Amino acid sequence: MNRALIFVAKHSIALALSAMFLAPVLFLALTSLMTSNQTFTSDLWPHSWHPENYAEVFSKTPLLKYLGNTAMYAGLATGAMLLSSVPAAYALAKLRWRGRNLMMTLIICMMMLPPQVTTVPVYMLWANGHLTGTLWPLILPMLLGDAFSIFLLRQFLVTIPDEYLDAARIDGCGEWRTLLKVVLPMARPGIAAAAMFQFFYAWNDYYGPLLYTNENADNWTISLALASFRTLHHVEWHLVSAATLITMVPVIVLFFFAQKAFVQGVTLTGVKG
Amino acid sequence: MATVTLTEGRKTSALRRGARGSRRPRLVVLTFIGPALLGLIVFLGYPLVAAVYFSFTRFTLINPPEWVGLANWRYLFQDPLVGIAARNTLWLTAAMVPARIVGALLTAMLLNAMKRSRSAYRTLFYLPALAPPVTATIAFVLLLKPQTGPLDTMLRWLGIDGPRWFNDPAWAKPALVLLSLWAVGDLMIIFVAALLDVPVDLYEAASLDGANAWQKFRYVTLPTIRPVLVFATITGIIGCAQYFTQAAVAASVASNQVTGGGGVSGTFGYPQNSMLTYPMWLYTEGFRYNLFGYANVLALLLFAVSMSITVILIRRFKAFTRGES
Repeated sequence: MNRALIFVAKHSIALALSAMFLAPVLFLALTSLMTSNQTFTSDLWPHSWHPENYAEVFSKTPLLKYLGNTAMYAGLATGAMLLSSVPAAYALAKLRWRGRNLMMTLIICMMMLPPQVTTVPVYMLWANGHLTGTLWPLILPMLLGDAFSIFLLRQFLVTIPDEYLDAARIDGCGEWRTLLKVVLPMARPGIAAAAMFQFFYAWNDYYGPLLYTNENADNWTISLALASFRTLHHVEWHLVSAATLITMVPVIVLFFFAQKAFVQGVTLTGVKG
Repeated sequence: MATVTLTEGRKTSALRRGARGSRRPRLVVLTFIGPALLGLIVFLGYPLVAAVYFSFTRFTLINPPEWVGLANWRYLFQDPLVGIAARNTLWLTAAMVPARIVGALLTAMLLNAMKRSRSAYRTLFYLPALAPPVTATIAFVLLLKPQTGPLDTMLRWLGIDGPRWFNDPAWAKPALVLLSLWAVGDLMIIFVAALLDVPVDLYEAASLDGANAWQKFRYVTLPTIRPVLVFATITGIIGCAQYFTQAAVAASVASNQVTGGGGVSGTFGYPQNSMLTYPMWLYTEGFRYNLFGYANVLALLLFAVSMSITVILIRRFKAFTRGES
């Protein structure tokens, strides 16, 4: 009886929270099916349904191409980040070396740096390399590590007990093999989280693509395309809403599948002890 | 058997010593951190030096910088709005960081306590965090629209006369906190992953010792997830120190409904400077008034203050020395 009560309580709280979290998304969905005129009234329910708004989004902009550009940016940036940041985070969490705390402080400095400080000098660097107008100024730096990801990964790797690493080393593993064979499988939830954040950050990034590709519509991402629905006099809310929902679909799908990596953390917990 | 243990023990200590001093492990460490180190030099060191230089110049981005000495730094004391902007940012940091951490931790614990349908709820809770910040803010402003908005309508059903949210200087910042709670999913995901790492048998041992739910949380859960809590606090402070997009969009959309005019930067701080954050003021000085030298003074100051707060936090919680094993 008691157990049933807890079950009901848990699910009612979860359902109430779901409603709260979903309301604005639902609101976007309803807006995406309205006429342009209705979006400027206070009525929430569409007077008439206009699913053709979604077709209009695709006909008004080369949205598929923008989706492709965005996927390339987000995918390559995430891959490059993992390649450079996982080893760095491992060295910061599990190896002892002089200057480790200094490097940690520098990484936090890097995160603290207001973007307005770095924008001009860094832009000048890429302009000298003739790479402005493309997305490469946003992808290539990821090969040199990403401060936020290193910090996040490091906080996760620290929680892995040292005994596992010592055991691997005693078995004759070098540091690279210890990282690949022992640390990576154990840190999967953390690595999945870091990869997802990087991917979603790039997917929704507006400031970066605006800075580097605004002049060159061939390399636009969907965030820039969303902004292009603004005409001189008003924003076309119904199209913005439709396009927003379209751009959310790939990330929702990705998230749903990436959850597996988190769930595997459960089985992992059993091994640990 | 005893000899084997002995050699193994020696091997481990040699490895540890080696990691500190000898040549090969140092090279290993360098290959691990080399790229990141180079990244820090190019994307932290160089821009920082450039920013300090620009702060002593008159720099409009069009003409080359012209040396003006301490003029920009002196202007700081005459700037009428820098104090208001700084106070707003402090207010938002003090409210948002704890609210988001508590909100994320509670939802993550609820999720982990659910057996079936966990992944469906997880996706639902995470959904708002997937929306682009600009559109999320727009949707939220319309949701909180005074009188006609869905929330006010529902509050009226309950007989409550709702606040004017983004159109009231007293309620604008709390509304921004609500918005940040709505998108708490990103932090929640981190806590979900961290909670999965708490060893189950520690809970079992605590139960055997007769610990109640609160004691298990206090003495098992909290210490285990401490590195992640520190992470959430520090990144939360960073996020608040650079808080810009949501406040700018909220001001722009909310003011349009009332006054019917103004571009984004024309409405910065609406209503009555209550949503004017420090980075917004920095942006205005630099990219709108073209006072890039002075904007760099503001940026360096922001950097120095948020850095000091973080260093104090790290010292206080000994984040990088203890709690590592």
